[in-house]
Amino acid sequence: MTDSQVNNVDRKAKLLKKRYAAESRFKWYGRISVGFGIACVLFLFTDIISKGVGAFTQTYINFEIEFDESVLGVDATSSPAEIKSASFGSFFKKQLRAAYPGAKSRKEKSQLYAIFSSDMPLILRNMVLADPTILGTRKSISMIADDDTDVYYKHGYGNDSNIGRLSDFQKIIVNEMISNGALEKRFNTLFFSNADSREPELAGIKGALVGSLLTLMVTLLLSFPIAVATAIYLEEFAPKNKFTDFIEVNINNLAAVPSVIFGLLGLAVFINFFGMPRSVPLIGGFVLTLMTLPTIIISSRAAIKSVPPSIRQAAMGMGASKVQTVIHHVLPLALPGMLTGTIIGMAQALGETAPLLMIGMVAFIVDVPGAVTDSATVLPVQIFLWSDSPERAFVEKTSAAIMVLLAFLILMNSLAVWLRKRLERRW
Amino acid sequence: MNMPTSNLLLVIVLATAVAYLLGRLRSQQIAKPLGGVRHLATLPNYYASLVGLWAFIPAMLLVLCWTVFDGVIISSLVKSVLPAEAKSLPSNELSLVLSQITNTASGITDLSTLGEEYQPAVNRLLFLNNISHKSMPILAIVVLILGFLIGYRAIDAKHNARYAVERIFNIGLLICSSIAIFTTLGIILSVIFESLRFFEKVPFFDFVFGTHWSPQIAIRADQEGASGSFGVIPLIAGTMLISLIALSIAVPAGLMSAIYLSEYASTRVRNIVKPMLEILAGVPTVVYGFFAALTVAPAIRTYGDQLRDWGASNDIQWLANLAVSSESALAAGMVMGIMIIPFVSSLSDDVINAVPQSLRDGSLGLGSTKSETIKRVIFPAALPGIVGGVLLAASRAIGETMIVVMAAGLAANLTINPLEAVTTVTVQIVTLLVGDQEFDSAKTLAAFALGLFLFVITLALNVIALKVVKKYREQYD
Repeated sequence: MTDSQVNNVDRKAKLLKKRYAAESRFKWYGRISVGFGIACVLFLFTDIISKGVGAFTQTYINFEIEFDESVLGVDATSSPAEIKSASFGSFFKKQLRAAYPGAKSRKEKSQLYAIFSSDMPLILRNMVLADPTILGTRKSISMIADDDTDVYYKHGYGNDSNIGRLSDFQKIIVNEMISNGALEKRFNTLFFSNADSREPELAGIKGALVGSLLTLMVTLLLSFPIAVATAIYLEEFAPKNKFTDFIEVNINNLAAVPSVIFGLLGLAVFINFFGMPRSVPLIGGFVLTLMTLPTIIISSRAAIKSVPPSIRQAAMGMGASKVQTVIHHVLPLALPGMLTGTIIGMAQALGETAPLLMIGMVAFIVDVPGAVTDSATVLPVQIFLWSDSPERAFVEKTSAAIMVLLAFLILMNSLAVWLRKRLERRW
Repeated sequence: MNMPTSNLLLVIVLATAVAYLLGRLRSQQIAKPLGGVRHLATLPNYYASLVGLWAFIPAMLLVLCWTVFDGVIISSLVKSVLPAEAKSLPSNELSLVLSQITNTASGITDLSTLGEEYQPAVNRLLFLNNISHKSMPILAIVVLILGFLIGYRAIDAKHNARYAVERIFNIGLLICSSIAIFTTLGIILSVIFESLRFFEKVPFFDFVFGTHWSPQIAIRADQEGASGSFGVIPLIAGTMLISLIALSIAVPAGLMSAIYLSEYASTRVRNIVKPMLEILAGVPTVVYGFFAALTVAPAIRTYGDQLRDWGASNDIQWLANLAVSSESALAAGMVMGIMIIPFVSSLSDDVINAVPQSLRDGSLGLGSTKSETIKRVIFPAALPGIVGGVLLAASRAIGETMIVVMAAGLAANLTINPLEAVTTVTVQIVTLLVGDQEFDSAKTLAAFALGLFLFVITLALNVIALKVVKKYREQYD
């Protein structure tokens, strides 16, 4: 072997090494990108869950109350109207002052009351209304703690970090309660049974959930039939002409229009032009219908396309008309695919926020809506509203509401995947 | 008769069902003396459907038109009895007066807020509303019965009802298909009309070339800066900045993961990783907004402050002057980038898979490594499709609303520093339209002008993207 040959082999080996290094580098770029994506998913979920898991428990304070007839001015024989007008507020405060005589000044007293939820007098009144015989007895009652107490007990208590907004005086009392074992954490049923409230400990997602449900119902009832009809028309009946092309171009473009534009449409057309009411699920449903139609149409068309032509030919050969072929044969076979698309469209509608802000579904509403024409808000908008609130307890509530929303979305998407695997036929 | 519309609709649906059943019975009755159903021109179901449709469609059309137009007609009738001075009011004040009359008529407010001279108008409104509410159900049911009778009497053994039913079916399908056109038309008309009204108040060139955006409302007419300034340049700059940050994260990450998953990963890994990445696409934008505003933005701020302190203690001048806004464009852009990773990766995945296997085999057969094949053969072949995907992702980023509403600021700074707060077109649309609004102020109308701008930009990006993708596809067909 000559020197130049050795050199050549050497050079080639070096080059090869370089190329292989580039190869493995490139592969690592890919791995890092995939890893980054997965890390984002995991970080997002752990962040939300770690922030929100606390909201599923609520602190209660066991407190013994003497339902003193003389203080309340009512007894077991009083009528409900008399009970309603009794001053439970001052009654409750008096009980608290008696139990914690340490509160001397006016400021300390009002801080003492603020350890408990401001709704407690109302709850006591309802208890008495429900069962007047408890008047005159002593009873230990689980009181809802105020959100500041709640945050302190859940996060701050034990270490001296400066968490929550309890004053030093309140901390002394709460610490005393803790050492007496008066405080306990329980599953937060209020979060699922209450509508929105200014008080974090009383705020719940029921109103928003029902609002979302009503809005989605309107969306489903409108978008599914319209989308299926459109898909059938375009796939089975439409003549090849300019008008059909125009419809197709429009559908494809609408699929890419930003959702906030649909909000502008709803505001200008439904509310301003037709004078329909603001903030109602009906209009929200209209807007979301227009927004989800392209998604459902596109997947329904794909489902119809996947039905083999032999089915149609067989039906026609037996003397069925075109409409009969479609309704009796094509539609049932394409239905699973259409349903899958519809569920995905509904999941998209459930998470949508921006267009609903435009049509006024962003109001503070304390009532659970009962009909599609009641003022309502929806779950994503509730999340948006709460995320603006400064209280730490609302951060927790927001994350918990997000967890509920994500749970619904995961449920819907798994249903879609299951439907696709279970019912879709391969030809 | 007075009933809410929902009950009326229920009655119509039930009556339609009854009409269907009666029609079916009638056709079977006709068929009996002839010797059975097979002597009819078509199946009894089609006769029955036609009767049902005769009953349903006219009644529904009536109810629909009535509910849509009765408000308009009644208010125009009420306007005719308004006092003379009210008639000459400008349109926005007139609508205020009309809503006050409505409130008075429904007992929310007292007549004293309006004045005695409006009494006839209030009475007129009450009277007309009363008539409208009472007569609509009666008329609808009369029309329903008439329609039913016509359909019922038309049942005939020789008449093929199927043709008519299928014709109506076809027309119904066509109407449903046209909704997409009407939606587009609605969007275009609403944004264009309101934008034209906006440009009457604010000159077009001030809007397009203005560098200052502060849409205050004037409380008094003589107030300083009462008109507000509507220069859209800072908004466009902010939108571009945030979108660029988003794309600079999403495009490399999305593209590389698509390449890795389709060229390197085993089927098992792909089946696990791909759905995981697609979770990112299914997370609602409001969740990303929350994540950006409460986790990412504070984290960036903390790191920025630490860097600044470190820079100050080590005497590095430019680091010591580092100022990170708590609503930095970086936070919103980064989270938006994470959001569109799956979008970019699934689009790139499609185009990479569309590259014919023969190209890969050819390149590998000549001795190139996998990465060389990807870089020199697959990537150039897939480039138009990838560019199209990036354009679609850009249109996504520009139109994205909730992340920027929650994590980006409201201050319209004209800057390219990603650590400062900027605002975007979508943020301003939402801020201008949420809450109380009068429909004639430049502030509200500005939102529609911004909407028009947004619509045109995203539409243009989509059209270009589809063109690019289409052009690419033709190469291998």
